Amino acid sequence: MTTDELGAVLPGQRVAERAGVATDLRTASPPSVVVDRVSAGYGNRPALVDVSLSIQAGSLLAVIGPNGAGKSTLLKLIAGLIRPWSGTLTVLGGQPGSGARRIAYVPQAEVVDWEFPVTVGEVVMMGRYGRIGLGRSPRRDDAERVAAALATVGMGDASNRQIGALSGGQRRRVFLARAIAAEPELYLLDEPVTGVDARTQEDLMDVLEAEARAGKTVVATTHDLICAAQRFHEAAFLNGRLVAHGSADLVLDQDLLAATYGGHVLVLPGDGGRVVLDDAHHHDEAAGQRHFHDETR
Amino acid sequence: MDPVSFLTEPMTFTFMQRGLIASVIVGIVCAVMGTFVVLKGLAFIGDAVSHATFPGLVVAYLLGLPLYVGGAVAAVATALAIGVVSRRARLRFDTSVGVLFAGTFAVGVLLFSTIKNYVADLLGYLLGNVLGIGLGDLVQLAILGIAVLAIVLTIRKELLFATFDPLGAAASGLPVAALEYLLLALLGVTIVVSIQAVGIIMVVAMLVTPSATAQLLVVRFGQMIAIAAVIAAVSAVVGLYLSFYLNLASGASIVLVETLVFLVALLLGPRTGLWSRLSRTAPAG
Repeated sequence: MTTDELGAVLPGQRVAERAGVATDLRTASPPSVVVDRVSAGYGNRPALVDVSLSIQAGSLLAVIGPNGAGKSTLLKLIAGLIRPWSGTLTVLGGQPGSGARRIAYVPQAEVVDWEFPVTVGEVVMMGRYGRIGLGRSPRRDDAERVAAALATVGMGDASNRQIGALSGGQRRRVFLARAIAAEPELYLLDEPVTGVDARTQEDLMDVLEAEARAGKTVVATTHDLICAAQRFHEAAFLNGRLVAHGSADLVLDQDLLAATYGGHVLVLPGDGGRVVLDDAHHHDEAAGQRHFHDETR
Repeated sequence: MDPVSFLTEPMTFTFMQRGLIASVIVGIVCAVMGTFVVLKGLAFIGDAVSHATFPGLVVAYLLGLPLYVGGAVAAVATALAIGVVSRRARLRFDTSVGVLFAGTFAVGVLLFSTIKNYVADLLGYLLGNVLGIGLGDLVQLAILGIAVLAIVLTIRKELLFATFDPLGAAASGLPVAALEYLLLALLGVTIVVSIQAVGIIMVVAMLVTPSATAQLLVVRFGQMIAIAAVIAAVSAVVGLYLSFYLNLASGASIVLVETLVFLVALLLGPRTGLWSRLSRTAPAG
């Protein structure tokens, strides 16, 4: 991106406006999610301040930003898991939580107890519970959906394995299969490609891209800026506030990243591309490494 | 003594028949509820709720009400109070439970100390005496126990989802908070039903031990419930026969059999067995 273009897309407000126009031209259908001047937080601590954002159906949106930027909070607000302090959200045309069966939410990997005595098949079947109904047992149709979802994520032969026996990447595949089995219109995925190998990341992104192409809306938080730039269609930059929302190309915009991550992101010139160094965060520490991405566009 | 009369002779006594039925029901209900207690990490809550029944029993005694009712009100109220406190207060969960736990039991002991005459009934609730259960109590116990089982088994898949992944379950439209309160209320009822058999102090073992044993043996949730129930039922029978022939306290005998089964599973179990671990790591030569 040239210096002139950088000047054109900053400050963030103008980026958002420009992207908004582009999005409106792409599709005329009503947006999946409208976030209107929303503030939210935990206890007395604000996590998101005055965020407004419109997400079109068929979007493949990466939510990026440093730790504590409110990425997970934004997903939880859309899922109806927490209420905003102020402002309003419209999700699939209704209140957050009102269309729960049309939404699939996948939490971060570390909130799940992996020693839990459930098999892969049982976990994916949970995606069907909303449709099966209280007190009823899964039917053949549900079992077929579960098998199909597992096949989609490349875990077709793992149905009877205990989830604790899976690798980190396989666990993310299984949770995505659970989301697919729910047949949602809106995917809300908290770090679906964190801590997975390159092959798994490619596979999972292929699946999400196919879902978006089929008209489903995909919103995923990520710390992987290269993945956000190369595999997502749009990006929302969060830093407590919405810094920008626009084309995924913007993710490699140095000034925009600086505005989002403060001094915690480095974009360095490197051999055959630039190296983007994301803020080190606790997931990375668990994996014993920092995010280190080689941009090879 | 021949094996047949070894098994049949105790059953010629009415107190043994009733005791056996009561122990098996209590064992199974505790084991099924205990599966959720173990998986949600509620063991300490179970202990707290059972201790909290004591003031309820004493108050019921002082007011001349059925002891069951007093215990049930105290147990369910405490279980729900713990749920509310842990959701609202910004304290660590075990801290708020510890405060309620000791506080309620102290109320019970204080009230108990005001009673002038010796009260065998109330002391019986501390250690339990399933062999002393009357027909009316047995019927009550059976109805409540089967009701708890029916409710839990009906909504087991929702409870499973809400226990395994509360956020995902809530996002999919399950009333996770309501399910949690329901589970706590059922836990209160289960504890009251069980106190007569094993007493306030040992109820937590009935809740936790069979499901903990089952978790060592199987990897499926449905299997875990079934195995825990079988372990509990068998332990109840074996414990009661031991109690009969060796003249031991009935509640303690049942709990000890469950504990022995747990230790065997811990040592020899296929998943976490120390034996298989030792034999795997042992040098080949």
